[in-house]
Amino acid sequence: MQTKEFLKQMVEATGVSGSEGPVADLISQVFSDMCDDVRRDVLGNVIGLKQGCGEGKRPTIMLAGHMDEIGLMVTKIDEKGFLKFTQVGGVDQRTLVAQEVVVHGREDVMGIIGLKPPHLVPPQDRNKAIPMHELQIDLGLPVERVKELVSVGDVVTIKRSFMELGEDIVSCKAMDDRAAVAVIYECLQELKKLKHTADVYAVATTQEEVGLRGATVSTYGINPDIGIALDVCHGAMPGVPEQDTAPMGKGPSIAFGANIHPKVFEQLVKLAKEYNIPYTLDPTPAGTGTDLWAMQVVRAGIPTALLSIPSRYMHTSVETVSMTDIKLAGRLLAYFIASIDTAFVEGLLCY
Amino acid sequence: MLLKKLSEAFGPSGYEHEVRTILEEELKDYVGVWQRDALGNLIACKEAAKGPRVMLAAHMDEVGLMISHVDDAGLLHFHKVGGIDDRVLVSKPVLVGKNRVPGVIGAKAIHLQRPEERTQVIPHRSLFIDIGAKSKDEALAKVKLGDYVIFATEYGEFGEGLAKGKALDDRAGCFVLAEALKEEYNFPLYGAFTVQEEIGLRGAGVAAYAIEPDLGIVIEGTTCNDVSGMEEHEYSTVLGGGPAITFMDTASIGNRAMIQELVRIAEENNIPYQFKGTVTGGNDAGRINVSRAGVPVVAISIPCRYIHSPVSVLSLEDVRNTTKLIKLFLRSIEGGFRV
Amino acid sequence: MKELIKRLVETYGPAGNEETIRNLIMEEVKPYVDEIHVDALGNLITVKRGGGKKLMLAAHMDEIGVMVTSIDDNGFLRFYGVGGISPFSLIGNRCYFANGTVGVFGIERLDAMKDLTMNKMFIDIGVDSKEEALKKVNIGDVAAIKREFCDLGKRLVSKAMDDRIACAILIEALKQVENQAYDIYAVFTSQEEVGLRGARVAAYGISPDLGIAIDVTRTGDTPKSATMAVSLGKGPTVKVRDSSVLCTPAVRRHMEEVAKANDIPYQLEVLEAGGTDAGAIQLTKSGIPAGVMSIPCRYIHTASEMVDYDDVQLGVRFLVKLMETEYQG
Repeated sequence: MQTKEFLKQMVEATGVSGSEGPVADLISQVFSDMCDDVRRDVLGNVIGLKQGCGEGKRPTIMLAGHMDEIGLMVTKIDEKGFLKFTQVGGVDQRTLVAQEVVVHGREDVMGIIGLKPPHLVPPQDRNKAIPMHELQIDLGLPVERVKELVSVGDVVTIKRSFMELGEDIVSCKAMDDRAAVAVIYECLQELKKLKHTADVYAVATTQEEVGLRGATVSTYGINPDIGIALDVCHGAMPGVPEQDTAPMGKGPSIAFGANIHPKVFEQLVKLAKEYNIPYTLDPTPAGTGTDLWAMQVVRAGIPTALLSIPSRYMHTSVETVSMTDIKLAGRLLAYFIASIDTAFVEGLLCY
Repeated sequence: MLLKKLSEAFGPSGYEHEVRTILEEELKDYVGVWQRDALGNLIACKEAAKGPRVMLAAHMDEVGLMISHVDDAGLLHFHKVGGIDDRVLVSKPVLVGKNRVPGVIGAKAIHLQRPEERTQVIPHRSLFIDIGAKSKDEALAKVKLGDYVIFATEYGEFGEGLAKGKALDDRAGCFVLAEALKEEYNFPLYGAFTVQEEIGLRGAGVAAYAIEPDLGIVIEGTTCNDVSGMEEHEYSTVLGGGPAITFMDTASIGNRAMIQELVRIAEENNIPYQFKGTVTGGNDAGRINVSRAGVPVVAISIPCRYIHSPVSVLSLEDVRNTTKLIKLFLRSIEGGFRV
Repeated sequence: MKELIKRLVETYGPAGNEETIRNLIMEEVKPYVDEIHVDALGNLITVKRGGGKKLMLAAHMDEIGVMVTSIDDNGFLRFYGVGGISPFSLIGNRCYFANGTVGVFGIERLDAMKDLTMNKMFIDIGVDSKEEALKKVNIGDVAAIKREFCDLGKRLVSKAMDDRIACAILIEALKQVENQAYDIYAVFTSQEEVGLRGARVAAYGISPDLGIAIDVTRTGDTPKSATMAVSLGKGPTVKVRDSSVLCTPAVRRHMEEVAKANDIPYQLEVLEAGGTDAGAIQLTKSGIPAGVMSIPCRYIHTASEMVDYDDVQLGVRFLVKLMETEYQG
């Protein structure tokens, strides 16, 4: 399967934080063709293992891209059958108005987040964002039927199909962070052509959007020698300062700073230069706001690195990424894995 | 002088190398085994066959800046590393990168400001560092993206028994910890010089996981606001009032038995001490406390006025008294300790 | 059971100062468990052997309170909150210290009540000087809110219903359980109110196969309240989520099935703000399946927390059934 097709299937699948089942099933199935073993842990993380070659103790590298997406959750069914809801993860309430949604109840139910028509809005309110607690989902069903289909705690996603914008850019909900799982897929494909001694744990993590929870426990379980997180970063766009973004289509962004082990960072940059893979640099003084922040401080500490795919419009339902960036990141990651031996791992404790 | 060397060392969170080197050198005759980890914590291990495993911790890192962008005019834009008040940045000399390239953080002259501008804080995102480069290329010949920046403050003694310098939070703690490690004890003692405290207590947790201590003691440089204009009940600590013992902050609650023992020792030996009067902030004790199946902790602090700014102030008598109290506490553990 | 609830809620035990309440609970559960120990953070960990998987049940025994940070020359105490406590909830209230000393909350003169913060408040313990004050309290001492238990018939009101009502339910369930399907680790946790600290280290030490926290939750059944589909008197809840946890779906299903199979009415709970011990338990080591049973409670973190006695009794029945039904996960 082409990486683009896998990405399309992933972003169109459902997997709100804590309810990643459908997208996890898809990823498990695809990983199982490329890995020696695929399992799921207690928090639902999908963990694929692709063994390295050679006898004796092999270095272990964990790749983490989160598969959960932000979404909504039903808090109450009112007497008319409208649904009140709250957010799961950081949802911008302004993006919700006039969206078609899917309520994942006993079965999937179509709904609409409506709003008062402009004719009825007093002039002084027209410039104000509608707060989430004033919005509601209209299922167009009688209340008795709603209660049969939906219960408090059901998750809701924006209804959105994968779109190709021009040659290279693709757009949908949940590119954050399934684009990263696509990078892992691309990397596993590349690794088929390379010889690597390291055991690779390909992990699609859960519950990143609510507090890096899946990465916390999966890293504890795997206890890797090196942990690499893949995530999206802000793509360059008008109105946002250059130093807060990375250009789209110019390769992955490689972060460095306290959250990243300096030697792992240097190795990534060295290999990118060696193999002519374009990249940009992202100086980050403290938290990267990704799974990596949790991974680094698991047990007695994990050497870490971060590759990011530039994405415009993060946490909307039209997040965009460049397929070129995904391919380049996957390739760099594969070369990195092929370059790691026991001596490199031992050197990581010598500051 | 060790405290001067430590204060002037280059070590923002995530880049503590220079501090590590100073401490290793200082303690080479006293510590046989050093343990290091993936984050850069430096742990002095003084092993012993029996007795409680005691972890003493002080953090090496300091707040600082990091170069985020070099513009076409050769000016350097920056991120903050750790909690720095934007108001302290204007009109300060700094040192950029490990080669310590001198630079200044300037501001538009007062003559050019509109009256309303003069009352507004200049956000750090509007400030920049000038290293005298005339172009982007010239700047990039001397510094690079991601270089760390420290305040160019010299350590010095002034007033009556006071010292001033940058990074006294927590190089003063590193100093006390180093002094404590120069003595021998009959129980296993682990002196952890931790990293990344200022950006979220990152180093102490992983160090504690590796050490598996039975007791944890954190030595901190803490806030001190005993100055004019503050009401006494708002003081967190008093300069010259002796080591400050913390009952509680946002990250941990101090172990009662350890606090009682510290108080007993201080009173028996006529060491002045105080209780920290505020509960805001948190330190490494919070991470050690919840490591594995739990570790009783206490934090002992050296009061430092104006912390997280280019120049902080401490009392050398407080440093001596903190050192004395810690050493006597460790001696008391030699007879066994029940929490 | 009301008598037990009264004793539990009226006992002193702010976060980090759980000794008194711990001793009370220890005496209460001793006849019904096989092992008891106290860990480094002051958790009371009891084990009732039954074979099978390890089930950890967590009810926190700490309560919110205030800590003395300074004492002025006239004997007035300044303080900070221990746990999430609003200064507004203290107006007109009293507090008491471990040694029984009682204090009254006072306020400096304010231009507007909305300016109220804790450092504009003080505690008056009825003395005239610092010297006299120091005979009764010291800096670092912690006080709990003083308010007696009140039985309104159907409803019960007191301070510290959060989370002593869960301690009462857990104790009662330990008494009643007959055919337990697990080795039950009933943990009365410490320091929940300051960041789920006790549960975190207890879970690390125990490494359970399944963790269920018992706590209180908010309701949406009072005039103009925030939207929430939980009411007093409609049974205990099975939590879906709060800020600290997305309950493990399989555990939630298991809990719902147990309730249904035993005709126990229950409510599904989506709590938008607030956390529970389950959040800490779930993220322990390589992850532990975790769920929460909550008792609906009005006016949480005030001196008058209100629960429904039917919910409490149903909670006991529910918990006993959970102890007796094996989780297949």
